[in-house]
Amino acid sequence: MRALFRKEKMWQRHKLKPRYDVVVIGAGVHGLSIAYYLAKNHNITNVAVLDKVYLGGGNSGRNTAIIRANYMTVEGVHFYSESLKLYEELSKELNFNLLFSQIGHLSLAHTDSAVNGLWRRAEVNKALGVNSRVIWPDEIKRLVPALDTSDRPRYPVKAALYHAPGGVIRHDAVVWGYARGVERHGGEVHPRTEVITIDVKDHQVTGVRTDKGEVIRADCVVNATSGWCTTVSKMVGVDLPVVTHPLQACVTEPLKPFLDKVVVSANLHVYVYQTDRGELVMGSEIDPYSSYSQGSTLETLESIVAHALELFPGLRHVRVLRQWGGLCDMTPDYSPILGEVDGLKGFVLDVGWGTYGFKAGPVSGKRIAELIATKRTPDVIRPFRLSRFREDRLVSEKGAAAVSH
Amino acid sequence: MGFLLECPNCGKRDVYEFRFGGEAHKRPRVNSSSEEWMKYVYMRENVAGVQQEWWFHRLGCHKWFLAIRDTRDNSVSI
Repeated sequence: MRALFRKEKMWQRHKLKPRYDVVVIGAGVHGLSIAYYLAKNHNITNVAVLDKVYLGGGNSGRNTAIIRANYMTVEGVHFYSESLKLYEELSKELNFNLLFSQIGHLSLAHTDSAVNGLWRRAEVNKALGVNSRVIWPDEIKRLVPALDTSDRPRYPVKAALYHAPGGVIRHDAVVWGYARGVERHGGEVHPRTEVITIDVKDHQVTGVRTDKGEVIRADCVVNATSGWCTTVSKMVGVDLPVVTHPLQACVTEPLKPFLDKVVVSANLHVYVYQTDRGELVMGSEIDPYSSYSQGSTLETLESIVAHALELFPGLRHVRVLRQWGGLCDMTPDYSPILGEVDGLKGFVLDVGWGTYGFKAGPVSGKRIAELIATKRTPDVIRPFRLSRFREDRLVSEKGAAAVSH
Repeated sequence: MGFLLECPNCGKRDVYEFRFGGEAHKRPRVNSSSEEWMKYVYMRENVAGVQQEWWFHRLGCHKWFLAIRDTRDNSVSI
């Protein structure tokens, strides 16, 4: 019983050491999972994860916690399905209940061209072993009885891509679980420690300077930030094809359980699911202009709510409790930027996470750790290298990721 | 927060009347290297601070114009 109420700190307050093997900038799910897999899989434990605010204070705490693998490109499906598999085992791996509910994920189509897009995704998914298929309004109605599948709406529901293994997870718990795992394996997390500059000598990263004043030496620095990935990369003169847009979401008062699927409509720019507490979480498309402001706007709230009511007319009396914004680093092809940079040793990118970063946390952590430990880029992340823009080999996921789900 | 933009023809209007055209950057010459063209097409300054950017008055006079905005708090200075 005492063990049940034990007061064990999940992470400690450390003094910064003068030297680390690896410094990770950004203590969200990506930064922490990199440090975790470095220690666990590769025995590299002299690692510090730095963050300018509290753990998970960026987009790891602002996303809408949806996990799925039903992407459109072969590269994307391989990558995200590996992440989904890691998420399925993650509660056991971290010995921490992450409340992962694989409730199933529906992407709705309201036009013929959108239906064609779903067919293509379904076939790519099936060929690569991801459970997803196209279903029609009668089956959609059985899965989601509250959804309006009639001809009444301006854009009636024509079909859906049903991805049964998709679901939602407790996003803060993922951050805390990884942070505890990092500390248990000997790494360190340093919240409220902002990196001001990164030192480079002869095309080799040598360390970072923080707002605490000390110089920290490290031969490998990982940029695992979101929202500030351009700012951090500029410290070493690396250009990124990234534009930062806010994305807003909101949550309603709790209702009785009536919706046990994630429902996404790319045509209507909205996605909806019901949490374990009964609240509806609803999100939108990215804001139509770039910004670093995490504030929310009435226009976006009106758009989210109006479109959610098209799908679920029964919600018209439900009140919205909170609305918030997070920062999405949008890339031209809606795929991330992972791996090393040409001409600069020791600087590793795990950025450009647009609207799909949270669901990829475990796989990018595992594979970036493998890259750092073995000095070889793993096949599953090679398509996402920065130089793909120079080589004209983009990985276009816009059709499967453009509405942030 | 939403904000107001000043259209040269129509004056101050709500930002949702406009289409964002991205940060202003210079187009390379035709005979520039492919590296320069790659940077022009893909790479962005993405400043956390004051930037000059294009806007289009979508629900108004259809004028394209440049504005200066602080991307941290969306305050517009021109």
